[in-house]
Amino acid sequence: MSFSAVNILGTMPEIYLTFFGCVLLILETIVPKEKRSWLGYFTILALVFAMIASIGLNGKGLPLYSGLYIIDPFSNFFKITIYVGAIITVLFSLPYLEQEDIHHGEYYAFILFSVVGMMVMVSAGDLITLFLGIELMSLCFYVLVGLKRESHRAVEASFKYFLLGAFSAAIFLFGISFLYGASGTETISGLAAFISNPGSLKPIVIAGMILTLVGFTFKVSAVPFHMWTPDVYEGAPTVVTGFMAAASKIAAFAVFLRVFWVAFSGNRHEWDILIVLISILSMAVGNVVALLQTNIKRMLAYSSIGHAGYALMALLLPNRESLFALLFYVFAYMFMTLGAFGIVLMMRKKGVEGEEISDFVGLHKRHPLAAFMMLIFMFSLAGIPPFGGFLAKFYIFYAVVHAGYVWLAVVGIIFAAIGAYYYLKVVMAMYMREPEESVEVHMTPMGKIGLALTAGTTLILGIYPAPFVEYIKSSLALFVP
Amino acid sequence: MLPYLLIPVLPFVGFLVVGMFWPYFRGKGHWIAVPLIFASFFLSLKAFFDTLNGPSLHFVLYDWIHSGHFDVSISILIDHLTAIMLVMVTAVSALTHLYTVGYMKDDSGYDRFFAYISLFTFSMIMLLMSDNLLELFIFWEAVGFCSYVLIAHWYERKPSWVAANKAFIMNRVGDFGFLLGILLTYTTFGTLTYSEIFAKLPQHLHDTIRVLGAFNGLHASSVITVIALLLFVGAVGKSAQIPLHPWLPDAMEGPTPISALIHAATMVTAGIFMIARLSPIYNASPTALSVVAWTGALTAFVAATIALTQRDIKKIVAYSTMSQLGYMVMACGIGAYGAGIFHLLTHGFFKGLLFLAAGSVIHALAGEQDVFRMGGLGKIMKITFPTMLIGSLALSGIPPFAGFYSKDLILSMAFQDGMIGHVFWVIGVATALMTAFYSFRLIFMVFSGKERFSHDGHHGHAPHESPVVITIPLLCLAALAVVAGWLGERYDIIGYLAQDMTIPHAVGKPELSESALKTISVMAGVVGILIAFVMYGRPSELPQILARMFQPLFRFSQNKWYFDELYDLVFVRPTIFLSRLLWVEVDKGVIDTAVNGVASFCRFGGAAMRRIQTGQIQNYALVMALGLFGMVSLYLLIK
Repeated sequence: MSFSAVNILGTMPEIYLTFFGCVLLILETIVPKEKRSWLGYFTILALVFAMIASIGLNGKGLPLYSGLYIIDPFSNFFKITIYVGAIITVLFSLPYLEQEDIHHGEYYAFILFSVVGMMVMVSAGDLITLFLGIELMSLCFYVLVGLKRESHRAVEASFKYFLLGAFSAAIFLFGISFLYGASGTETISGLAAFISNPGSLKPIVIAGMILTLVGFTFKVSAVPFHMWTPDVYEGAPTVVTGFMAAASKIAAFAVFLRVFWVAFSGNRHEWDILIVLISILSMAVGNVVALLQTNIKRMLAYSSIGHAGYALMALLLPNRESLFALLFYVFAYMFMTLGAFGIVLMMRKKGVEGEEISDFVGLHKRHPLAAFMMLIFMFSLAGIPPFGGFLAKFYIFYAVVHAGYVWLAVVGIIFAAIGAYYYLKVVMAMYMREPEESVEVHMTPMGKIGLALTAGTTLILGIYPAPFVEYIKSSLALFVP
Repeated sequence: MLPYLLIPVLPFVGFLVVGMFWPYFRGKGHWIAVPLIFASFFLSLKAFFDTLNGPSLHFVLYDWIHSGHFDVSISILIDHLTAIMLVMVTAVSALTHLYTVGYMKDDSGYDRFFAYISLFTFSMIMLLMSDNLLELFIFWEAVGFCSYVLIAHWYERKPSWVAANKAFIMNRVGDFGFLLGILLTYTTFGTLTYSEIFAKLPQHLHDTIRVLGAFNGLHASSVITVIALLLFVGAVGKSAQIPLHPWLPDAMEGPTPISALIHAATMVTAGIFMIARLSPIYNASPTALSVVAWTGALTAFVAATIALTQRDIKKIVAYSTMSQLGYMVMACGIGAYGAGIFHLLTHGFFKGLLFLAAGSVIHALAGEQDVFRMGGLGKIMKITFPTMLIGSLALSGIPPFAGFYSKDLILSMAFQDGMIGHVFWVIGVATALMTAFYSFRLIFMVFSGKERFSHDGHHGHAPHESPVVITIPLLCLAALAVVAGWLGERYDIIGYLAQDMTIPHAVGKPELSESALKTISVMAGVVGILIAFVMYGRPSELPQILARMFQPLFRFSQNKWYFDELYDLVFVRPTIFLSRLLWVEVDKGVIDTAVNGVASFCRFGGAAMRRIQTGQIQNYALVMALGLFGMVSLYLLIK
């Protein structure tokens, strides 16, 4: 194995962020408690710094460390999306952590470490590297979910997440070992070469594929590996929930794409039926169960299960169109989900979070701006034009129809129609009923910037998507399945 | 580019500012809207002089739709036709804005009104500036929408919103045809840009289409003719031609400035503008041209007969508008696009003037619109009377007023158009006679004779001349109504417009000399005025006697040829019956049950599935394990 400085240079963003994370841990002991928000600004600076480094590396298709690590426009797209998600999360967390009295310095360090984990995931060229990334991200999330140490719910959520996560990690590793046993390699390109050989599809390979599929579906919280999602989303601090729902899902979809399209595309008809089944189940469970939720975080958790179902449909035909559709989908999804959680975490009811749907009643009268933002996010999540969510769904269904699954598109649209009900229920509560309780909205300048970013992008994605479309298409230039 | 871009943008800014903040203006909205529209007018003048001796201006603002082979850009095209229309539209709009300041004073929706007429002006300007059919269509719809909201300005009054609905729905019928025409244009030519359509026209001259192909019809007709006729359906709706005309008189329920601006000078002429703009398509289809000409001639005649017996001052002017629109359409139909546009321009000025003057009379009498309850106002309204007289003389085609030049041109062009042309000429002259008669019937009824209005009903004060913001626009328009025709003749407007429009065929030599034709048409006007004087200029029993003698004809005219009753019977009642049936039986009975059933099924399913979410981690792990097991066994099963 030859080792050159190029390898170090290509992984500079990851190295920066790890370094800054360590610096944050030290700073935390130095910075006085009332100046903690400086740590947040420092985190944002670190992320911007890493983003600039990543943009500098853009356009290069580099296999580093003998192919263990890949820097290409595809991974860069996901990295930049994840940075943006992390920055918005930090913007939201500044006032939130203070109010919830969980403003610990290590929070920011864990955010940075989990971002590094996601970066490793999206850049992994090898299943073991990928596993390392997943674990790094997951370990950080286990801690972040349980950040409210004295809260019963948070600890329970953290514990559940940890146990089930370990369970899925075991299944995933098991799958990798099967694949390695059959092919003698665990690099993605090596697997692709092996599987494209005729006659390579021994049961052991199939079993390995199914087991890795389970690992991924757990991470994107698709049915039937979704059980952790509502409990964890509800129990975790809202800002962490938003980050998990947005960024970690995006990273999981990125590796899903890479592994299934590059490594397993040789026999895609073998796993098509599974994807169809999982996506229908996810849309059904996500949308139908969400109808009955009264807690908005649980409702959004089920909605995220439903959205995973839509996005999975794009995996059915590996071509540019569906690849583009999936990337656009996760991109739009991140902004609207983060924004929706951002509004939720700003709702305060007598010192605690207002996270019931009934807390939104009459919000339009008391805080028109927040109500309007929530309206944008809800409409976008429901897929109503002219917001980004509509175009995202449109591209997905377009790709599905082109893949020859017209009936699946019809099923998806039916579930989208059912799903519109519970999103509109929130809008109706906000706009058409008189306010009852004294729920306040705490908006700080930083939170406003975060909301402006998310709402603005959601709107622009729907009205003038051309620059984003161009960017996503350019990031697919080197990634042709 | 910027000055030209500002022509539409300034009124739009006015709309945005006044429209978004109208509750805060409290009757001061004109301080924003009026200066902006005047600025737009001066920029239009600049654009006119820029293009006077030069090539047309064409900018692409941005690519709006870019999808496969379908490209639509939002662009600005100012050629000679657009430039001169822009001047007329912005001039009348600016004067109407000014007039509104006085006329609508104390109206509760004052600022809202300014917002919408600014939006209308913007849409109309963009309609004129479009360089492709889709852009034209969008703003065609936008002006229709503005017309709708402005007719319904006093939405508390039932007649207003009924009239607004009628206008909107009747235009919808026309727009349906128009849209079909646009779609057929696209499938035939593969483009919607005018210049590209005209360039490809020769290749498609002999294409045919089976219009009733869906019903196994075998008759093949020329594509160009079908396109031209479908597009003309849109013009019929917008320009109030028979049979889609009844909305226009009813639209007079809206405030008078709207009647002047939208329903006389600008929006209703959009159909004529469209035909002139697409003249190469119409030239390629003699069938379509003759349909256009006959529709126009019929409308001109029918509207004039209806106007003879109306009592409402605004309705009389409205029917005269319809009649004049018929003239213009007829001019287009005989290929005299230049003459049609010339008449459109002069008509814009003198008809705007007539409406605004009528509004001034109504204002003076605090809302009275029945001409039989007016009279003797000439002594009181020292400015309104002469200006309205000028407008009526122009409308009657008396030299040297504007209407004479343009109307005379249409008539002489018609006369030169062969045998059929003679028929059109006769219809035209008869219409001119009637026009002069009813115009002066109005003048005599309103301004001369005894005072037939009651003094007590008018806020306790006598009728008075309108304030200066109302009379200044009247004077300006009166001046234009005097000189516009002469200017057009002097500076050869026909030659100027001909740079953009082609003429279908060579014009033959008339059997009668120019001056003889002129004399006949002027005589028609003079005779009409004289009859009006005999009947209404002095106290006489003649009108009643005539009405009794020709009772059926009188009724027929007074009831507007029973168009409304016919439509009510044929379209409105069956539609209402059918929708009631569908609502009660189908919607409430079948669909609601089905929808509610689906909803409760979903709820039930959700409740069932929620029960799996127990909160017990061992259950969660079990579901995961079962899922894994299921996936593997499913795989084994299908293998």
